[in-house]
Amino acid sequence: MLCEQDVQDGKSLDLRGERGSLGRRSFLKCALASGAVLGVSELSPPAAAISSEAMQQKQDDAQFTVEAKFYQKLPSLKIKCKLCPRECAVGDRERGYCGVRENRGGTYYTLVHSRVCAAHVDPIEKKPLFHYLPGSLAFSLATAGCNVNCKFCQNWDISQSRPEQIPADYVPPRRVAELAKQYSCPTIAYTYSEPVIFSEFLMDAADAGHEAGIRSIVVSNGYMQEEALRAAYGKMDAVKIDLKAFSESYYRNVVAGQLKPVLESLATLKKMGKWTEIVYLVVPTLNDGDDEFRGLAQWIKANLGADVPLHFTQYHPQYLLKNLPITPVPTLERAKAIADTEGLHYVYIGNVPGHPAQNTYCPQCRKLLVERVGFTASRMLIGKDSSCPSCHHPIPGVWHA
Amino acid sequence: MNTMRIANRRDFLKKALTGAAVLQAGGGAGLFATAEQGAAPAKSRVVIAHDALLRGTGSTVDSSRMLSLLDRAMQALFDRDRPVEAWRKLVRPGESVGLKVNALGGRGISTNLQLVEAICERLQEAGIKAGDIVVWDRDSDELERVGFHLATGGNRVQCFGTDRVDYEQELVAHGSVGSRLSKILTQRSKLLINLPVLKDHDGAGVTIALKNMYGVIHNPNKYHPNGCDPYVADLNMLPEIRTRMRLTVCDATTAMYEGGPAYKPEHSWKNNALLISQDPVALDYTGWQIIERKRAEMGLKTLEAEGRAPCYIATAADAQHRLGTNDPKRISIVEV
Repeated sequence: MLCEQDVQDGKSLDLRGERGSLGRRSFLKCALASGAVLGVSELSPPAAAISSEAMQQKQDDAQFTVEAKFYQKLPSLKIKCKLCPRECAVGDRERGYCGVRENRGGTYYTLVHSRVCAAHVDPIEKKPLFHYLPGSLAFSLATAGCNVNCKFCQNWDISQSRPEQIPADYVPPRRVAELAKQYSCPTIAYTYSEPVIFSEFLMDAADAGHEAGIRSIVVSNGYMQEEALRAAYGKMDAVKIDLKAFSESYYRNVVAGQLKPVLESLATLKKMGKWTEIVYLVVPTLNDGDDEFRGLAQWIKANLGADVPLHFTQYHPQYLLKNLPITPVPTLERAKAIADTEGLHYVYIGNVPGHPAQNTYCPQCRKLLVERVGFTASRMLIGKDSSCPSCHHPIPGVWHA
Repeated sequence: MNTMRIANRRDFLKKALTGAAVLQAGGGAGLFATAEQGAAPAKSRVVIAHDALLRGTGSTVDSSRMLSLLDRAMQALFDRDRPVEAWRKLVRPGESVGLKVNALGGRGISTNLQLVEAICERLQEAGIKAGDIVVWDRDSDELERVGFHLATGGNRVQCFGTDRVDYEQELVAHGSVGSRLSKILTQRSKLLINLPVLKDHDGAGVTIALKNMYGVIHNPNKYHPNGCDPYVADLNMLPEIRTRMRLTVCDATTAMYEGGPAYKPEHSWKNNALLISQDPVALDYTGWQIIERKRAEMGLKTLEAEGRAPCYIATAADAQHRLGTNDPKRISIVEV
């Protein structure tokens, strides 16, 4: 079950080995268990944790402190953050809601540039991205902080903390790219906590990665202002957005955010031509109504198109939301059935190992295209022309490096 | 800790059954004092102690006058002739006492060293060992910036920030709040004396006693939306805070009516006063009115007119929280 918890967003790993060995042990346990089940896929070698020694030693706070990119100066040494829709008005010596940006004398700083508190080598399916380089590895990293406060957060210990409360290593952008190469990862993944709040670092790391031939992907809540999204996620090669629900009340009460800006971000990503997949964590009684599933599917089809992959994933009790059961598999199957009926072509069920809805099928001939077990693509039949080998129907995605 | 919680609950239930704890303003904050008094006061008492000569002819607070001011305030609060008697209403020998200061405003507007020294002196006279007193806030650097000397170990008053000992791993929650608590609170402070300052806050309206507890948790940044309401009230409901809170001594020697929470000398005034109460809600309400009066005097709009009235104070007093009273008819202000 611990492995399944980790499936949700990926479990952070303490680089310095100070946050207890459980995280490391459980991660390795998951990796080993995964390998045992799969017989170690040819496409995807077992995930590996990055050792602390691979990183540079932690530096003093000044090394992580860089002027923020997205803010506006106001009178009386105040600033208005323009990174996310929250638009925090932050007084001198105060921080924004995310806890990782601080106003110092009227200049706004990010405190988490190159401040990596978690890094793993993960299968890209763990993000999950199912239509993007299946079977490949992603060098996955995070800093502390988040601009929302989901009551079910799997990684609240890093996402809901201030950077100085978490052991971290100084890993500048070029080092990130080097490590990705060293671990044979074709992509860097910004994930685990909330990459919106470390946009400056993400942008610089993406540039360093691209210079080294490494791509970048982001796993995000999409709760971001358009200008920042275009600037930061414009540097991404693929994006996964956690659409938490299809109701404002859920966003207000469970997420501490808003739905509308997230939908706007999805539409913007579509306009930008970014490969985007959507995850919807189904929480029993809170966002699992037929109407909500139907509305979601209809909105996606109308605004993003039928080819956008949609993953309905299983909730596990965590953080501040422990009084609900694990999402029953039939609920996930009902969600998928509704989305299928509404005409979406690629609807998946996640966090349920072995479920057939983890596989990719041709929407035209229904033949199996990608078989997945756990986090691994165990069979990949889509050819270089990105089409179904049986009926030659084009299959959207980035299937080959 | 669990034992103490159970004992407090038993005390409360016992008093409730005998009718002695009828809505004692200040909730659990005043349990110990109330138990010794035998009956809860009908009103929440807030003492405002002034000394126009607190700084003599200079700008620095005079230590002996501060001690005298504190004594007058404590004696008035507890109706005692001698300061030590008043302090013995609060503490017992062998208890560990946390003094939660506010050091965010730097030297301009933070809890005065002289006030902290005076309290430490009286606590020791009341039987608390120096080594059982800890002066603390979230960050050691901020404490030093204000002028506190860090001290850890030995038989002397301890002084350090939560950064030295970290927060509890376990999450505690009440209502809208879910946080990790400072280990200084949970492990070093059997009881808590809250030493906030009196100032304007651009988001919350004012920050005085209740909001000073933001310095106890690891994620205060999450609780600033909506003027910190209901977060401030929910935070103060946490048993780990509520059962420890015995007294608030608000350092209003320098106060700010606008531009907070960072220190703005142009919006501050030398108020030369202390506000003391066992009811943090009544104290916050009283402090808020002082700030409003100063704002009016300076020709500024009310906080409500600016859309930032401190609504969390009323929430703290409501039926779901009962942390104290914000009803002026139930607040007895004693000026000395």
